[in-house]
Amino acid sequence: MIGQSRNGTDWLAHGVLLLGALLFILPLWLMFAGSTQDSALISRGELSMLPNLAGLGVYADVLLHGASGGPPVWRMLLISFGMAMAVAIGKIAISVISAYAVTFFRFPLRMFCFWTIFVTLMLPVEVRIIPTFSVMADLNMVNTFPGLVVPLIASATATLLFRQTFLAIPDELMEAARMDGAGPWRFLKDILLPVSAANLAALFVILFVLGWNQYLWPLLVATDQGLTPVVLGIVQMIGTESATEWNKVMATGVLALIPPVVVVILMQRWFVKGLTEGEK
Amino acid sequence: MERRTIFPGTLLPVMLVMPQLVLTLIFFYLPAGQAILSSFTRSDPFGMHVDFVGIDNFIDLFTDPLYVDSIVRTVIFCAAVSISSMAVALILAVFADHEIAGRGIYRVLLIWPYAIAPAVAAVLWILLLHPQIGPVGRWLNQHGIHWDYKLDGFQAMLAVIFASTWKQVSYNFIFLLAGLQSIPKAVIEAARMDGAKGWFRFRTVILPLLKPTMFFLLVVNLVYAAFDTFATISAMTQGGPGKATETLVVKVYQDGYVNQDIGSSSAQSVVLMVGVIVLTALQFRFMGKRNAE
Repeated sequence: MIGQSRNGTDWLAHGVLLLGALLFILPLWLMFAGSTQDSALISRGELSMLPNLAGLGVYADVLLHGASGGPPVWRMLLISFGMAMAVAIGKIAISVISAYAVTFFRFPLRMFCFWTIFVTLMLPVEVRIIPTFSVMADLNMVNTFPGLVVPLIASATATLLFRQTFLAIPDELMEAARMDGAGPWRFLKDILLPVSAANLAALFVILFVLGWNQYLWPLLVATDQGLTPVVLGIVQMIGTESATEWNKVMATGVLALIPPVVVVILMQRWFVKGLTEGEK
Repeated sequence: MERRTIFPGTLLPVMLVMPQLVLTLIFFYLPAGQAILSSFTRSDPFGMHVDFVGIDNFIDLFTDPLYVDSIVRTVIFCAAVSISSMAVALILAVFADHEIAGRGIYRVLLIWPYAIAPAVAAVLWILLLHPQIGPVGRWLNQHGIHWDYKLDGFQAMLAVIFASTWKQVSYNFIFLLAGLQSIPKAVIEAARMDGAKGWFRFRTVILPLLKPTMFFLLVVNLVYAAFDTFATISAMTQGGPGKATETLVVKVYQDGYVNQDIGSSSAQSVVLMVGVIVLTALQFRFMGKRNAE
């Protein structure tokens, strides 16, 4: 039944969705186009939507030399990538084993351990920045890479997610594995992890983006320029605005967006499924 | 819920839970404990003496008009960001749920912004809204509106609300689309047969079924708007002009890190922690109720 009204709705849907898509694409395009233009022209208000292909050299320039005396952007990208990977892998690793322990074993204070972890569920690092910073200072971890990463690894979200996944594993699967003589490690490695692959992938995307996008924590802990991640570096490039090199700021913005966007798009199907199922 | 079958042994599981437990103790309980302790103390300007002052810090906080202003500002900001980002996402999700050509492409185009960092969103919006270089800011000024979000507090608030909302739309979109897709087609078909049309069908059939998703999203959005937007605000306005965009998290950072007022900032941290715990508890009570039904 393809009636008149049905077609009308389709056109409306295309219109709304196109508008929505443009709402996100246009600012990004403006940033890319701006990155190739002359900084002085941009400052005078002559930012154009048309990229100037001759200006693409700015990317090599910021990657190798940075802007306004800051560190080179390749270094910031490296720090960001290291942070994102360390946060994602570290968090997944400790969460898988702790969720495994509380669901597949019985030991004294088991539920106490679980609740101790669980209570931290929704307390983002922003809430406890100042006291956490003083703990870092006591541990001499200020201005170190582990200092940048380790406090972000401690959180309950992933543990909770894996516990739910593990609880849903049929008892028969484990009985069969034990009958075949599989110990706890074999069971985890050969059965549990493959079965949870979709959750692992989804969580990896979420945590990679989380690690990449950190701003406040590096602002406090990484005052050493050599440890500046790109998301923080780009804001520092804008500086006082009297002498901002806008084309370099925009080029760095584009570079800062590419890695997390690529991860999200490549793993979109798993990521959306894992994200929305995990919360229910 | 418990498992029936388990592995024997005590040492192994204790070892397995230990890394997470130790990290949680060092980076959560220790700082939280310290914050609670120092929220009851005050040190002299030179840091020589630390005195126990009871709940004086909290009394000072809630009688300080600057702090009360910041609470009100945060509530307005959080409500504006949460409601507008959910509303925009809902409209997009409803149309993305239609069986139209190219809907896979539309979905990718609306999901990728999930990856945008709050700080990068701020930079993008500076480029749009800047009174001298931004196309939108220049357009406003050419059309008789005196636009400078760096000088006008109200405009600054609008600017950080726009940037924060824009960044959050795709997160809401993902969940609302999944929520819409999980509504059985039979339900919608039945409503259609009963003659329920367009908006009426949406309001009486679809919206009630989306309520659990929307409540979950509301809490997540409030937490996002209260905390994750630090980067957006810090990059765009640094809390200014004056204190026009100084939300509670920006104020903790200003008082604790920039001005080194540990007693007051600890009390502020404790207030924020209590706020998040209340939101989390609300969320779980609601979800528990739903699961029990």
